[in-house]
Amino acid sequence: MDCTLPILILAIPITMFLILGLLGMKMSHKLAGILGILGMGTAMVLSYTVAFDYFFSGNELFVSAGDRLQYTVFDVTWLQFSERLVVNLGFLLDPISAMMLVVITTISFFVHLYSWGYMEGEKGFQRFYAFLSLFSFSMLGLVVATNIFQMYIFWELVGVSSYLLIGFYYKLPSAVSASKKAFIVTRFADLGMLIGILVLSYYMPTFNFIELTAPGQPEAVLASTGGATFLGGSVLTWALVLIFTGGMGKSAMLPLHIWLPDAMEGPTPVSALIHAATMVVAGVYLVARMFPLYLMEYQALDFIVGIGAITALYAAMVACAQVDIKRVLAFSTISQIAFMMVSLGVARPEIHEGLGYMSSMFHLFTHAMFKALLFLGAGAIIHAVHSNDYTSMGGLRKYMPITHITFLIGCLAIAGIYPFAGFFSKDEMLSAMYGYSTFWGVWMTFVAGLTAFYMFRLYYLIFWWEENPHYKHHKPHDAPWQMSLPLIILAVVSCVAGFIPFGELVTWNREPYHIHIEWLKIAIPSLCVAIFAILLATVMYAKKNSLPDKAAAIWPGLWTAAHRRFYWDEIYMFITHKIIFNVICQSIAWFDRHIIDGTMDAFAKVTQRTSYVIRGFQSGSIQTYVWWYIVGAVALATITCWAIL
Amino acid sequence: MNLTMLMYLIPSLIMFACGVYGFITRKNLIAILISLELMLNSVDLNFVIFNRFLFPGQMEGMFFTLFAIGIAAAETALAIAIVINIFRSIKNIDVRKITKMKF
Repeated sequence: MDCTLPILILAIPITMFLILGLLGMKMSHKLAGILGILGMGTAMVLSYTVAFDYFFSGNELFVSAGDRLQYTVFDVTWLQFSERLVVNLGFLLDPISAMMLVVITTISFFVHLYSWGYMEGEKGFQRFYAFLSLFSFSMLGLVVATNIFQMYIFWELVGVSSYLLIGFYYKLPSAVSASKKAFIVTRFADLGMLIGILVLSYYMPTFNFIELTAPGQPEAVLASTGGATFLGGSVLTWALVLIFTGGMGKSAMLPLHIWLPDAMEGPTPVSALIHAATMVVAGVYLVARMFPLYLMEYQALDFIVGIGAITALYAAMVACAQVDIKRVLAFSTISQIAFMMVSLGVARPEIHEGLGYMSSMFHLFTHAMFKALLFLGAGAIIHAVHSNDYTSMGGLRKYMPITHITFLIGCLAIAGIYPFAGFFSKDEMLSAMYGYSTFWGVWMTFVAGLTAFYMFRLYYLIFWWEENPHYKHHKPHDAPWQMSLPLIILAVVSCVAGFIPFGELVTWNREPYHIHIEWLKIAIPSLCVAIFAILLATVMYAKKNSLPDKAAAIWPGLWTAAHRRFYWDEIYMFITHKIIFNVICQSIAWFDRHIIDGTMDAFAKVTQRTSYVIRGFQSGSIQTYVWWYIVGAVALATITCWAIL
Repeated sequence: MNLTMLMYLIPSLIMFACGVYGFITRKNLIAILISLELMLNSVDLNFVIFNRFLFPGQMEGMFFTLFAIGIAAAETALAIAIVINIFRSIKNIDVRKITKMKF
């Protein structure tokens, strides 16, 4: 395959970043916006071409006897430290990377277009587009990584671009602290990932994903660890869990989720692109990329299931009690990503042909579409009423019909209502979970019900409830076409994406898998749960009434706790400020100031005192020097004579 | 009375010691210069003495002394010129007062 197109997919965004970053200040807003949109649009068309080629051309490079192949478009040596430790940069084409190319460029393109309306007149408009391009480049580089090091490099790059974009309004202290929080928390997680990679690299003959996950290779890695264990887990389990820690940070799994809700301080298009559709699923992607290795150690997969399931329930409960609509969507994102994680964790080839893996990727795809839609819709609402809180909304359906319909489609999709996209992927995920264990199946069905409930709670509070009297002074209206067009297209995609024969395209072993919906066992019960939750939300929130207050009053403690996000931020504050800062850091600071600095100061002081004493000798008076010279000469002569005699 | 080498050397040593003493203790630049000359002359004297007593057939010590006297005259002229210039600029030739270029 010609490697021009793949190179261009990566080269265009980074070129745009350089052009807009270096020359942006000299351009008008319009020119910068058009350049960014055109660049991303070209990258999107190229990605579609490449993905179409990969999936449907039937080229023998990509498919053999019905199985899809992994294909390295190019792979060049970038850094060679030693014979074995080589860092390559390349472009790997396989089902998940081709799927991710489509997701990233689509969402990124629509976000570019949307931002043209949303960010209009903002200071730093060009900088915003430059950072968006940087992010797109990093994310594309991450998904096409041919080896673990390339992935790690781009993993950090997306972290940086996320940091830059969260802190876009750098004059707001809250945005600054949110960006720092996001960067520091994910850096801590990445430290775990780096340790995991290093542990693994000790046993791996190569860092290349294809060679690493080739049949027989994971077994060889496991064998080379020689059965070494640490605290009850094998070395491989530990390495995989540590690598997953990096994914926990990026994908906001408990307990490293605290940065994502705060990341909503960034502009809303950024939340849609980075903190809903693409970057936060990097953790899922990481596990999916190394999945054959994870299959060697079911303990690691069980760990993923546990973390994912707890996170999903936690985030769904918190989302029910948030006031800020972007925070609701943020917690909903955490919950849905946890869904994907659980689904990956329960994927066992011997239970159901790795259905969990396929459905997780399917949900990643559909979730990216409808969550981006919801965020962009929320952005349009925020743009209209100039507030993030639902208390300043209500009754917006008459004023913003386009936003209303598209948002409703997004809510239906995430709630898993037939025939919207979320139904299909969620159904497959639940089917995989029931196949693994009924307990987790029921647990996740409950979470799915909660999802439907809090999304419709949000929907009703924004669009129904009670009309805000403030509208009389400031009439909200639908967003301009740059913002409405992405909403409409994403809504259409959310309606039809479920019918994509995803199992034929993306599976863990790249053999086609035929999706069949188990209506009686899975689909109808989960649909009933979702519809019941929606009805409950309708009763409680469609018209202004006192039911929500009464419901909150049943368990006021629970409601307050959920509202305060179960005090995770307070726990972190306590641990960092009270324990780490006060006890550990202060003692270290004392040691630094008194012992280390003290030693150095003592050297300096001794030198100084001595110099005060002896500097009188250097009087500049030659007569004194001569006097001392004579004394010295006489003394020397005396000593010499004495020694000789 | 037969004069030995030591009888010549002792006055020379006294001269040298006087010169050192004067050089260290005197504050007047001219006096210091005179002390310096005194030391130089005592050394010249030594040259002559050693040449006369130890190597009577040779003349190197004598000639060296003549050279030293000539150079000492030039050096004295130079030193006097410096002293005069110092006197012109600070109206003083006390070494304790010449601190203008001291850090």
